[in-house]
Amino acid sequence: MSEIPADLKYTKSHEWVKMEDDGNVRVGITDHAQDLLGDMVYVEQPEAGSELEAEEACAVVESVKAASDVYCPVSGEIVEANESLADTPELVNNDPYGEGWLMLLRPADSLDVEQLMDAEAYTAHVAAEEH
Amino acid sequence: MGKRTPLYDQHVAMGAKIVDFAGWDMPIHYGSQLEEHHQVRNAVGMFDVSHMTIVDLNGPGASDFLRYLLANDVARLKQEGKALYSCMLNPAGGVIDDLIVYYMRPDWYRMVVNSSTRDKDLTWIMQQAEAFDVQVLERPELAMIAVQGPQAPEKLKRVLDNQADAVVDALKVFFAAEVGDYFIGRTGYTGENGFEVILPAQLASRFWQELHAQGVEPIGLGARDTLRLEAGMNLYGTDMDEDTSPLEAGLGWTIAWEPADRDFIGRQKLEALRKDKPTKKLVGLVLQDKGVLRNHQKVVVPGVGEGEITSGSFSPTLGKAIAFASVPVAIGDECSIDMRGRMLTARVVKLPFVRNGKSCLPEDV
Repeated sequence: MSEIPADLKYTKSHEWVKMEDDGNVRVGITDHAQDLLGDMVYVEQPEAGSELEAEEACAVVESVKAASDVYCPVSGEIVEANESLADTPELVNNDPYGEGWLMLLRPADSLDVEQLMDAEAYTAHVAAEEH
Repeated sequence: MGKRTPLYDQHVAMGAKIVDFAGWDMPIHYGSQLEEHHQVRNAVGMFDVSHMTIVDLNGPGASDFLRYLLANDVARLKQEGKALYSCMLNPAGGVIDDLIVYYMRPDWYRMVVNSSTRDKDLTWIMQQAEAFDVQVLERPELAMIAVQGPQAPEKLKRVLDNQADAVVDALKVFFAAEVGDYFIGRTGYTGENGFEVILPAQLASRFWQELHAQGVEPIGLGARDTLRLEAGMNLYGTDMDEDTSPLEAGLGWTIAWEPADRDFIGRQKLEALRKDKPTKKLVGLVLQDKGVLRNHQKVVVPGVGEGEITSGSFSPTLGKAIAFASVPVAIGDECSIDMRGRMLTARVVKLPFVRNGKSCLPEDV
């Protein structure tokens, strides 16, 4: 069973979102998503400053097996991409909720973040997808 | 639920992630595809390939039949136990399947063909065999385990009876021998030293567990694919199919043109194609930028034309993206790859990419 921290928000496309104290949100892919994709070998990151719409493809995570789009959880502006993934993409596998984060985003509207799934809803979503 | 090999329970017990492969429930990896890849290159691993189709050809007409059925010539097999890689073609010169055939005795050849093509292969083989004095016998009661990697000989010997030691030691590359119930071929799909062992299904679990006890780790289909890609070995259905001739698929070396009077299925079309010169060929590519090459990405050769990646992946041994691509024959040293709209640069290289654990790339790639 994959790990689903209770204090994060989630999307149907398996991104997690964490509210930071400064109003920005940190985004990554869930433990479940990295487990499905397998060993990560390359991450294509968005550029800081890009403006993105919710559900727009904003990054690509490539495992040995396949390339997979990462979708922007909420509309906003990219503040920073996790540069350490350029040389160590395996952080996404080893620490998906920590050092394997993908990007920092300034949401256009913080209410959008509130409306994402909580851990309980995401747990049910994962279970439903598996059956 | 798909078909299961005699080792299915072992895979589950060892933590395998199971996927569908041509109707079979097979392990894709047991945790980390990358670690499994390195395990084979640096030490030794074992693969359950029991889903592959084993076909015995028995009878006085076996040799004549195979000389007609296959594009390579089994008459080249002079010594008992010698194996040959060949394509089986249709009359249009397209590849029905690629296979390994072992010459065991004048009246016994053993072929191993792909599982994804089993039904059409057997139908085709039986149909063609009618005119010959040969019996075609599928052997579904046999399992097959590949033991591959630099430590394969010593580990295999520890598991087999002592009487097998001399046989394993004496077995040359691309030869097979029988030891009791075990049929041992020094063949494989990884570019490493190693063996493919065919054995009765009821012995498979014990053999697998004993290999594991000696430190031979299980390897899934995921690593099998990156290993064969690095080794420059084609995958049927991906790198060639019934619409591709061996000449376009990098398999010209497997066609036995001599003797010129040997009639084999597809020969006529193939000779015409050779005369007209094929317009496509299969080459190796190494990506010079960051990213991963994938099947079906478009290849652009400025001023020459376009092609397509047939097999692309990340090479764990080289730490770079590599691929086979079907491209215009006139391709130079470089080409561009359309990766989600960005044009990236790739170098054209000779195959294989990796052999016996070492890079075969030119120094400047």
